[in-house]
Amino acid sequence: MSRYSVFSLVRNALSYHQNWQRAWRSPDPKREYDIVIVGGGGHGLATAYYLATECGITNVAVVEKGWLGGGNTGRNTTIVRSNYLWDESAAIYDHAMTLWQGLSRELNYNVMYSPRGLLHLAHSVHDMQEIQRRGNAIYLNGIDSEFLSPEQVKAMVPYMQMDGRYPVLGALLQRRGGTARHDAVAWGYARGADAAGVDIIQNCEVTGFDIQDGAVVGVETTRGRIGAKKVGVVAAGHSSVVAEMAGFRMPLESFPLQALVSEPVKPAVDCVIMSNGVHAYISQSDKGELVIGASSDAYNSYTQRGSFDVIEDTLQAICELYPLFTRMRMLRQWGGIVDVTVDRSPILTKTPVRNMYFNCGWGTGGFKCTPGSGHVFAHSLANGEMHPIAAPFSMDRFHSGALIDEGAAAAVAH
Amino acid sequence: MLLITCPWCGERDQTEFHCHGEAFIARPANALDMTDEEWGDYVFFRKNVKGIHYERWSHDHGCGRWFIAVRNTATDEFLGFYKPGEEIPAFELEGA
Ligand SMILES: Cc1cc2nc3c(=O)[nH]c(=O)nc-3n(C[C@H](O)[C@H](O)[C@H](O)COP(=O)(O)OP(=O)(O)OC[C@H]3O[C@@H](n4cnc5c(N)ncnc54)[C@H](O)[C@@H]3O)c2cc1C
Ligand SMILES: [Zn+2]
Repeated sequence: MSRYSVFSLVRNALSYHQNWQRAWRSPDPKREYDIVIVGGGGHGLATAYYLATECGITNVAVVEKGWLGGGNTGRNTTIVRSNYLWDESAAIYDHAMTLWQGLSRELNYNVMYSPRGLLHLAHSVHDMQEIQRRGNAIYLNGIDSEFLSPEQVKAMVPYMQMDGRYPVLGALLQRRGGTARHDAVAWGYARGADAAGVDIIQNCEVTGFDIQDGAVVGVETTRGRIGAKKVGVVAAGHSSVVAEMAGFRMPLESFPLQALVSEPVKPAVDCVIMSNGVHAYISQSDKGELVIGASSDAYNSYTQRGSFDVIEDTLQAICELYPLFTRMRMLRQWGGIVDVTVDRSPILTKTPVRNMYFNCGWGTGGFKCTPGSGHVFAHSLANGEMHPIAAPFSMDRFHSGALIDEGAAAAVAH
Repeated sequence: MLLITCPWCGERDQTEFHCHGEAFIARPANALDMTDEEWGDYVFFRKNVKGIHYERWSHDHGCGRWFIAVRNTATDEFLGFYKPGEEIPAFELEGA
């Protein structure tokens, strides 16, 4: 892998950018790997990267049915934060936050992590109580969180309508929260993993598993059988479908979640503003588009679209809170299929099939944890035991009752 | 946005309805003797099929009644709407 630097930029500019090296190879699958990762989204690619760079396991393949990051990784609204209520969540999301801070340098790839500050608005007495309870819990976990008065909110976002239909009574601010460039995260991890020896195999769908004596020994794919000593499934919205191939169920339901972007305009929103109560969150990309997240549809579906009434709901809230944007035109809208658990926390787990592990259930909010999730999942796969940060997120919790209930804190939030 | 046919009121906009997920999950009769494993499966584990899904809906902003719909979750195409207790034909996806 040739490193990206000012010098490589100048050198390639002189040859009219004709000679840039491909960012990763496109190899044919080998007969067998030590570990096969199913799903080439950010989490799968990060897992492969840390397996190869930290755990010394380089005989690894990532098998992706479409193209890298074509799932939820390339469809999300890029919000990054770690202000969750419970200790287990704080541990995993803040682990990711720490990794975000050095990620561009580590990967030699600009993931555009931008700690521009993230506001959670409170519109009612209930919202105020929720942010106070959560804010204090977060603070006790050593994670930055501040309460803002309405005056302080107004100073940060002068054009916000403070006393309209959704009065703003206060806000919770995480200054380290912000955004990162979603595609770059997938591409950066892919390039790093490839350079460390991982085979990335795109357009290759897993259609079944070779399971012998209760242990997985290979995956069946549209490009033939690939032997595997261990398998890590990181298939987001399709996790239930993949689990069914292996003969068990997951505590998941899949829903469409949608987002939309506006025409590009001059810088207007310099932080991320979320509002759980009214199902709308907004930020502005470096290109100038307003990036707006909506809520998920209220019925299972794999259609990757999303309903119009949800868009209408979201945009009326945006127009109410920011009258400035009422005449903006929306350019694009899309949906992703999110895998939702009842406690709104992810699942990192062993499964009823030996040597098969799942990392899923990230639902509407897993982009922010891509580095943390990949890191602890890699160590779990390598050691055959779940990493201490991952252990509480095991699937057992749906039988033991030890749920990690982020439902109230993250009902909408991403 | 889906068009849904309430078996009592006819075709209406989806926003009049509420979806209650997978159908035919019966509350276990032997509640007192069940293991944690069985309880967990009953409460939390779902088929979450990509394909033909039997599901419950209620017509909240209409007659208020519950019914069963059959939908292909890969396309959102509805295959039928049934009153509780009505016989539901076995559907198969073409090519499946
Ligand atoms: C509209 C929207 C907005 C969001 N906003 C945010 C946000 O602001 N912040 C945040 O933190 N999170 C957000 N999320 C959630 C976040 O996008 C996901 O939790 C995260 O990207 C999941 O990453 P992943 O790598 O697990 O999944 P994905 O990127 O979906 O990767 C899974 C991959 O598995 C592949 N796959 C599936 N089945 C098979 C098979 N049989 N064989 C081979 N490959 C297979 C898929 O093609 C896919 O590429 C949002 C999601 C959506 C849809
Ligand atoms: Zn009706």
